[in-house]
Amino acid sequence: MSRAEVNATEDVSTDVSTSAAPPGPGAARATEAHVPDGPSVESRRPSPLWALGLFRSELVTVVRRWRTLALLGVLAAVPILIGIAVKIETRGGGTAGPSGGDGPAFISQVTNNGLFLVFAGLAATLPVFLPMAIGVVAGDSIAGEANSGTLRYLLVAPAGRTRLLLAKYASVLAFCLLATLVVAASALAVGALLFPLGEVTTISGTQISFADGLVRALAIAGLVALSLTGMAALGLFISTLTGSGVAAMAATVGLLITVQILDQIPQLHAIQPYLFPHYWLSFADLLRVPVYWDQLVKNLELQALYVAVFGSAAWARFTAKDITA
Amino acid sequence: MAPNDSAHTTEEARDLVAGRRKAARYLVPVGVAGVAAATIGLVPALAASGDPDLPKISAQQLIEKIAASDAQQLSGTAKIKTDLGLPSFGGLGSFAPKGGDGKGGSASPDSKLMELASGSHTVRVAADGPDKQKLSVLDKASEYSIVHNGDDVWAYDSASNEVYHSKRGADGKKELGGGPAKGHGKAPESLPTTPKALAEQALKAVDPTTSVTVDGTSHVAGRDAYQLVIKPKQSGTTVGAIRIAVDAKNGVPLKFTLTPSGGGKAVIDAGFTKVDFGKPAASTFDFAPPKGAKVTQDDGKAHADKGGRGFKGSPDGEFKGANVIGKGWNSIARLDVPGGKGIPTAPSGKGGKGDVPPEARKFLDSLGDKVTGKFGSGTVFKTRLINALVTDDGKVFVGAVNKDALVNAANAAK
Repeated sequence: MSRAEVNATEDVSTDVSTSAAPPGPGAARATEAHVPDGPSVESRRPSPLWALGLFRSELVTVVRRWRTLALLGVLAAVPILIGIAVKIETRGGGTAGPSGGDGPAFISQVTNNGLFLVFAGLAATLPVFLPMAIGVVAGDSIAGEANSGTLRYLLVAPAGRTRLLLAKYASVLAFCLLATLVVAASALAVGALLFPLGEVTTISGTQISFADGLVRALAIAGLVALSLTGMAALGLFISTLTGSGVAAMAATVGLLITVQILDQIPQLHAIQPYLFPHYWLSFADLLRVPVYWDQLVKNLELQALYVAVFGSAAWARFTAKDITA
Repeated sequence: MAPNDSAHTTEEARDLVAGRRKAARYLVPVGVAGVAAATIGLVPALAASGDPDLPKISAQQLIEKIAASDAQQLSGTAKIKTDLGLPSFGGLGSFAPKGGDGKGGSASPDSKLMELASGSHTVRVAADGPDKQKLSVLDKASEYSIVHNGDDVWAYDSASNEVYHSKRGADGKKELGGGPAKGHGKAPESLPTTPKALAEQALKAVDPTTSVTVDGTSHVAGRDAYQLVIKPKQSGTTVGAIRIAVDAKNGVPLKFTLTPSGGGKAVIDAGFTKVDFGKPAASTFDFAPPKGAKVTQDDGKAHADKGGRGFKGSPDGEFKGANVIGKGWNSIARLDVPGGKGIPTAPSGKGGKGDVPPEARKFLDSLGDKVTGKFGSGTVFKTRLINALVTDDGKVFVGAVNKDALVNAANAAK
């Protein structure tokens, strides 16, 4: 018994115990099931370039889907809609939004500087559209393959389940960055087209040069992409739980909406700092002079925690489950 | 059963072993989550346990230390939490005295700083001598800053992109948000916003009705501090205790906590989370109105006797034109409402234009408690700190005291 428990905690030694056992009736099947993951594969580890190839093929698969292109199209449309709405609203020379400063963040600044459409666009898409797109892609990553019966063919290649999972997660992360950049690029294009560009007014009321503003916009896009990594890990974990792609996507997006609602209920303030979307809008702190780091750091720490917990949970589930489809 | 007990190894045994090994993998996420939870739970506890070892000091010496504190240069971040137990009508903004006839616009410090009186806020402060101060209220994706540099006072509200500008003469050279706040002071000075200003307000209340003690030490914003505890000796006040953490080196108050006598959460909890007593960069206090922002000029006269009279956490009754009844913590301010009529509970049937519609009156009644006494009848409006009695014949009694004390004061005034 004790030996078995020791084995259970060590990843590698179990296969030693299996191979040490004489071949029984089920031994062949059992060994086969462990092949993608066992030490024999570790010993003839493919070159790192090969892993990159796996990642590249995953990424191409993700990006080539019509579904993904449609999601990116919707994301690109949001800043366009905001830009046109603000332009129409302010045609007579009025200011955008009520003077009290309600409405989405940064909207009132868009008429002065088109670059603010990038911030307004990201602030508008970050609560729902962006994470929904990530939820669809992450939820589909494993469960979608299982659903269409292609997962076992992927595992036939001597890549190992861990590496496949990493490639899948890396492709989801790449999609996070891609989706964020699509929003930012579309917003920048529309902003430059419809509104003047120039010196940027930070929310502390100071002015920075346009180049500095662009750098900050890029940093904010990167930060938004990083804010989505926790959500992506969560989606990946849910994706390993089920064999139905639709179920995984629906569960991920449903969970996102639930958590967003919980984050709005004042009575739950005790748990809110641990909800993954809680610090999402902190990216605005990058526009203060000097930058206010507290919330930014908290956001990144929280995302790292979600990635560690749900990434390892996805690994535990995916490397241990029976692949039947 | 040992797995290598070869002769008896069956498929079930191997499945069991494989199952265990697989189950063990789930220990990784659980372990990560556990470590994170332990870190979140233990690190603050460990940090709090090590109170600094400082030489003993008497309360008198500590108060002198605060008074002698001449730290003119400071920059830092403070958190202010206020819980008066008021319903949130969009912050306290709607109760705030609006800056002179609404001329101030939304960036006017009068209306804006009142929002600090409720909820939780993060504030950045920087000061370099009496002529240069900056205070920024950090909101979600917006910021409200007030910059005082020499004769100029600028305020900028990023949410509405509006600028407020006022030229101040010599009378404006008070420490922003701090200094000896006078009841009729300019708006930024009239509302205590930093731990230092709050502490000065509290120390003004120190008199024979108060017990002042030094209660150990603590760490605030990474600095060693003494804890000064101010407790009212009288009964009847709603103020339970005031704790002030005073920097052990330079006597600057770093944290201010006011707990109500009724128990529960602190009514006011304001403290630095980060503080630096070095000289802030000169550019911190530069301000030029951003392009495209709406600028409101204020000549300063409109505020001379408006604004800033309303909200006071301290019980020393600084309401202009008010009679102060009682002493120390139990002082109650008496105001006579012009027109001699209880505003919210005006008896129906009088018709006049001052009358409140029945629905509105019902709503106002639901906010307060009806009381009767020798003085007649009236309504008591309660918060966790300040209570007010509005009598039906138009007198208002306000103080940081409980309901009975208000009724007694009203009876005595009769």
